Amino acid sequence: MKLSDQDRKLLNKIQKNFPLHPEPFKLLAEELAISEQEILLRLQELESQQAISRFGAVFNHHRVGSSTLAALAVPEQEIEEVAAFVNTFVEVNHNYQREHDYNLWFVVNATDQSGVERVLDKIAAKFDYPLLNLPMVKGYHIDLGFPLW
Amino acid sequence: MLDPVLVKKVIAATQNGLPICDRPYRTIAEEVGVDESELLVTMGKMLDQGLIRRIGLVPNHYALGYRYNLMTVWDVEDEHILQLGQHVGDLDFVSHCYQRPRQEPDWNYNLFAMVHGRTEPEVEQQVQIIRELLGSSCLAMTQLNSLKILKKTGLRIR
Repeated sequence: MKLSDQDRKLLNKIQKNFPLHPEPFKLLAEELAISEQEILLRLQELESQQAISRFGAVFNHHRVGSSTLAALAVPEQEIEEVAAFVNTFVEVNHNYQREHDYNLWFVVNATDQSGVERVLDKIAAKFDYPLLNLPMVKGYHIDLGFPLW
Repeated sequence: MLDPVLVKKVIAATQNGLPICDRPYRTIAEEVGVDESELLVTMGKMLDQGLIRRIGLVPNHYALGYRYNLMTVWDVEDEHILQLGQHVGDLDFVSHCYQRPRQEPDWNYNLFAMVHGRTEPEVEQQVQIIRELLGSSCLAMTQLNSLKILKKTGLRIR
């Protein structure tokens, strides 16, 4: 879908620093010079068109739990079966098929390190494919959004 | 001090997001069973302490025409990664930039940068900008185009 300039301005404005205030949209309305009602209608419309992936607090996975990025090198014809198994874990919140020998890339989040390892161990026990376990060493830009253009 | 029980409840009540309405925090406060003002104070502390990274909206980049989501991975000399990683992370079109361990011999890349664009040439140009920025400190790179989103949900902590 195509965004109007106003939609783009609105989305860029609220990617971060959404006000912690009882009436946050009223504050934004003053800053953006459009009415609170109009902001809510636009956002609801954008949401109904699936233009919003998430609205709310983005948690620091490393602080509220433990997480890693993992990858499996799966034969092409088995990727759906393996992905379906990986997706059964609630600890897996992202799973992408990518163009590479390591073709299944997923993020595992759990309350602690042993929870992450438990998931990886179960996957490794079920499928004997090369597995990468790449926990973050340092973040240089962590999920802070970026301006739409 | 933050009450860990309250923090857990706030995470549980907000991990599916905030409602888009005039009083979103009141809705969450009712679910948690605290006053709206107490919820706001608690979330403010969680933000200050880094438990919450940001409060805001995550656009669905794919639906908005940013169809090219490329995970670029780089083998950067260890002695320069701190400085160069920061430079890459500061680029406008990079949504995530992480240093991760190498897993030799299968995986020699230690810097991950996620780039997004609307067209293939646009993304190629972004890769070129990173390549030039890293210069001779980069020993190898590859890029992993996403073929399919198989699962994407918010954080679930039980």
